[in-house]
Amino acid sequence: MIPVEYYIILSAILFAIGVAGVLVRRNALIIFMSIELMLNSANLAIVAFSSVLKSFSGQVFVFFVIAVAAAEVAVGLALMVEIFKAKHSIDVDQMNSLKG
Amino acid sequence: MNLTSQDYQVLAPYILLTAWACVLLLVDLFIPKERKSVTALLAALGLAVTLGVTLSQVGIEQVGFFNMAALDGFSTFVNALLLVSGILGIALAHGYVKRMGIERGEYYTLLLFSVSGMMLMAQATDLIIVFIALELLSIPLYVLAAFARPQLSSEEAGMKYFLLGAFATGFVVYGTALVFGATGTTSLAGIVAAAASPSTSTLLLTIGAALVLVGFGFKVAAVPFHMWTPDVYQGAPTAVTAFMASGAKIAGFAALLRVFATAFPALAVDMTAVLWALAALTMIVGNVIAISQTDIKRMLAYSSIAHAGYILMAFVPYGNPAVRDVSIAAGLFYLVAYAFTNFGAWGVVIALEKKEEKGLAIADYAGLGRKHPLLAAAMTVFMLSLVGLPPTLGLVGKVYLFRAVIAGGFTGLAIIGVLTSLISAYYYLRVVVTMYMKEGEPETVRETWLSLTTALTAIVTVVFSLLPQSLFEWASTAVLKLF
Repeated sequence: MIPVEYYIILSAILFAIGVAGVLVRRNALIIFMSIELMLNSANLAIVAFSSVLKSFSGQVFVFFVIAVAAAEVAVGLALMVEIFKAKHSIDVDQMNSLKG
Repeated sequence: MNLTSQDYQVLAPYILLTAWACVLLLVDLFIPKERKSVTALLAALGLAVTLGVTLSQVGIEQVGFFNMAALDGFSTFVNALLLVSGILGIALAHGYVKRMGIERGEYYTLLLFSVSGMMLMAQATDLIIVFIALELLSIPLYVLAAFARPQLSSEEAGMKYFLLGAFATGFVVYGTALVFGATGTTSLAGIVAAAASPSTSTLLLTIGAALVLVGFGFKVAAVPFHMWTPDVYQGAPTAVTAFMASGAKIAGFAALLRVFATAFPALAVDMTAVLWALAALTMIVGNVIAISQTDIKRMLAYSSIAHAGYILMAFVPYGNPAVRDVSIAAGLFYLVAYAFTNFGAWGVVIALEKKEEKGLAIADYAGLGRKHPLLAAAMTVFMLSLVGLPPTLGLVGKVYLFRAVIAGGFTGLAIIGVLTSLISAYYYLRVVVTMYMKEGEPETVRETWLSLTTALTAIVTVVFSLLPQSLFEWASTAVLKLF
């Protein structure tokens, strides 16, 4: 059996990649994918922990995270489509109509 | 595993409001386009009924849903404040959305869903529920921020709010995962028990708690997680901004208070220093950048960041049981003061705003004192309250807050608070000076509900400052119960 530490280290790496992706990439869609990676790295950690701890509440939590992520996708993609229609770009650096 | 009526009693206000919102979504389909005021009225009625139910629960303390939600003095107090914010939010929005040509029934339904998420947040005693409540309050707000579509600034505000909000959620979920891994439970009471046992990994628990703090830092707009705030507050429809600035902040702080004060008292040694730095930075950065703003929405956005810093001060002594309850009460009192002042100030902004984002520069307020003395007087009250000058609720809130912080032994932080308040006087009073000393011909709109809201919040801000004791006593009963 693979030790649980491996899963946690993998999830930490995935989380770090996700955070880096949000900070580095400028395309809104890619940023959003990086955020999904962060959520899924958390899911991996939770599932790994709950299999070690023999606890079901963690697995239930993962279902909630998946469901909520789907709800976020619905809102996020709708927003991106709207902005793309107006600007033909979803580059966040070009979202500069708000300045003070 | 059966649910009893006691379980339903714990979440009765929340269940009622959510059910009302679902039904309203359906009913709205049958309300003709030109009569959407009916939807607004029904939504406000739902909030008022829920407020009645909440107030009928004062004094009841129990848990329900297998220790996942709690009903106590704290949740009742915060829920009542949130419901009042919701009603004020609808009163401000009603005329505004019509005037801006964005009147759609969903506005009010989304607002109800968001309020229900905020209420759940104040009652959550399990990190799973905290997460669900966080999303339930955030997702409708993303949509509301982009509600003025196809206006590009509003869409961009929605997009930025969405991306950074989802980013923050990622931190909260990963932090929760680590806390779960360290303690084997997501229940706040279970975490306290597990944290006391020596076999628990403190490292994992501390990192988890820190990640949760980062996530909530984004939500309440604490520096250095504040970058989205000015853009989102400026781009979103003003009525949404008003609601977002109070509601989301109240809920975020309520959750932070409950999670940290009940689940992580063991980490107070590490967390106090972090919270101290967050509070100090937030006050300094918010107030200093606000000075250079020329747009009233942006200025109020930085002011809301600064106020997040003041409220964060109430958290710093959370690990000290002797002053914990007093500082929580001071924090809650300050939230009340901030909510009323904030709604009033945004109400005045709405009264002066014209289509296509005109009438939003501070220079546009010139001459308001001569042309609309009452409106200018109300704005003066709100600005004084935001600075913390008498005779306003803002002053009393700051006094209680500084007193609690000093009692907790953080005099340095209180000094930073006083100094930054002095800085803030410059940009708040500049608005007052512009209104009374400069010549101009500002045009305002007259809407019954808008005028009522502005008048009511101005009166509350002044009158309650003269008799703050009763309100503070109520806030003092709103202590957290550890179940």
